[in-house]
Amino acid sequence: MAASEQEILEGLAEIVNEETGIPAGDVQPDKSFTDDLDIDSLSMMTIVVNAEEKFGVRIPDDDVKGLSTVGDAVSYIQKASA
Amino acid sequence: MTTSRLTDSQRVVVTGLGATTPLGGDVASTWSAMLAGQSGVKVLTEDWVDMLPVQIAAPVAVDPSEVLPVPQIKRMDRSGQFALIAAREAWSDAGTPEVDPERMGVVIASGIGGVTTLLAAYDTLKERGARRVLPMTVPMLMPNGPAAVVGLELSARAGVHTPVSACSSGAEAIAYAVDMIRSGRADVVTAGGTEAAIHALPLAGFAAMQALSTRNDEPERASRPYDKGRDGFVLGEGAGVVVLETLEHARARGAKVYAEVAGTGISADAHHIAQPDPVGAGASRAMAQAVRSAGATPADVRHINAHATSTPVGDLAEVQAIRRALGDATDGVCVSSTKSVTGHLLGAAGAVEAIATILAIHDRKAPPTANLEDLDDDVSLDVVRGEPRELPDGELLALNNSFGFGGHNVAVAFRTVEQ
Repeated sequence: MAASEQEILEGLAEIVNEETGIPAGDVQPDKSFTDDLDIDSLSMMTIVVNAEEKFGVRIPDDDVKGLSTVGDAVSYIQKASA
Repeated sequence: MTTSRLTDSQRVVVTGLGATTPLGGDVASTWSAMLAGQSGVKVLTEDWVDMLPVQIAAPVAVDPSEVLPVPQIKRMDRSGQFALIAAREAWSDAGTPEVDPERMGVVIASGIGGVTTLLAAYDTLKERGARRVLPMTVPMLMPNGPAAVVGLELSARAGVHTPVSACSSGAEAIAYAVDMIRSGRADVVTAGGTEAAIHALPLAGFAAMQALSTRNDEPERASRPYDKGRDGFVLGEGAGVVVLETLEHARARGAKVYAEVAGTGISADAHHIAQPDPVGAGASRAMAQAVRSAGATPADVRHINAHATSTPVGDLAEVQAIRRALGDATDGVCVSSTKSVTGHLLGAAGAVEAIATILAIHDRKAPPTANLEDLDDDVSLDVVRGEPRELPDGELLALNNSFGFGGHNVAVAFRTVEQ
């Protein structure tokens, strides 16, 4: 069974926290990875690869550019794993 | 007694010290272990150790994971972590000076660079594919990574540099920093060396050269410079960093001054890729140049922190070099090898040993050479053994020698400064 939106958000928040030290509670759907969370492109790629592994999905590099907020990433992962 | 020919705006002094070494997580613990002759060499417990002929090394006493947060650890090679820890201590020790970023430089050397990052990334590539190779791999493995990490930490914009000259790299960093200040490029330079190469591959490579001690059953006695029973060096890791500025700059801000970097000497052997010149001609030229550029004579030298790694050939070549450089004045010099307790920190050695040399003249105590039980008949030097040696009152000049594979020779002369 695919993970729920809440489960994906929590899993993603954990990955972001491990990579950047940002508190998991700050990783909310309306937050922009670059403008709000100040995550650079190198950390973003590590987060993407870790998310791929955790949720069993593939996120092509071209699609990563479209994931500007945490909510975008959660929806993408949910669709991809459905 | 000599006096400096330079003005206070040309004299470069040391105002901050930082280190993380096999003896301790800071300068104070490192220095007290050096004076006590306590070894940092241990039996390795990593799972790869069984395939190696050498199973001992000198890891840092305090792992960076105990000091730095995990996200920072993940973005830096271990050598960068050491450099950052040592640089923070040195900068704080210097009193966190207010400096225009465009007048602040960083010179952090490394002998090998991010070798454990490189090897781990190659394992990942082979076992899990290209997509799993971390995007931070290149910034972590590049040898200038630690210098860049420290430069970012301090916002240093006058220039960030990484001399690479094997085991003389750390000393070359200090010499380069002095040049930066004297040439007017910077007012304050944070300089030193770092190395994190305790891994199966470098150990196997050095072992293949017959360069390492195989005294696996007696790790604390394995590094024994000048002793008849020495059989190679012990690989160590860590970092040493100093803060340098002109005496004028230090006095203007009321900083404490540990010592003056009175002179530097650099030469090359052009003899062999890995063997020292047996008569020490190149090394002696570096020492003579350091003494001369300090406005001193061989008779002024009271102490040498020798390169002396505990290899059969290298230790004797340095004895020749010291005698050639100082002549009869050699008999008035007490010599220490702190590698007897730290092991050989490669690109960090010259920086950690610079700190030992600075503290020796500052505290007027030369550290003992541990494990020296039976002095090699060909070592015609007054080697400090057993207890630390008290150094006399008055102005003191000391040399720190560092030599590297490739025939690189660096000597740095430190002098006490009247407060």
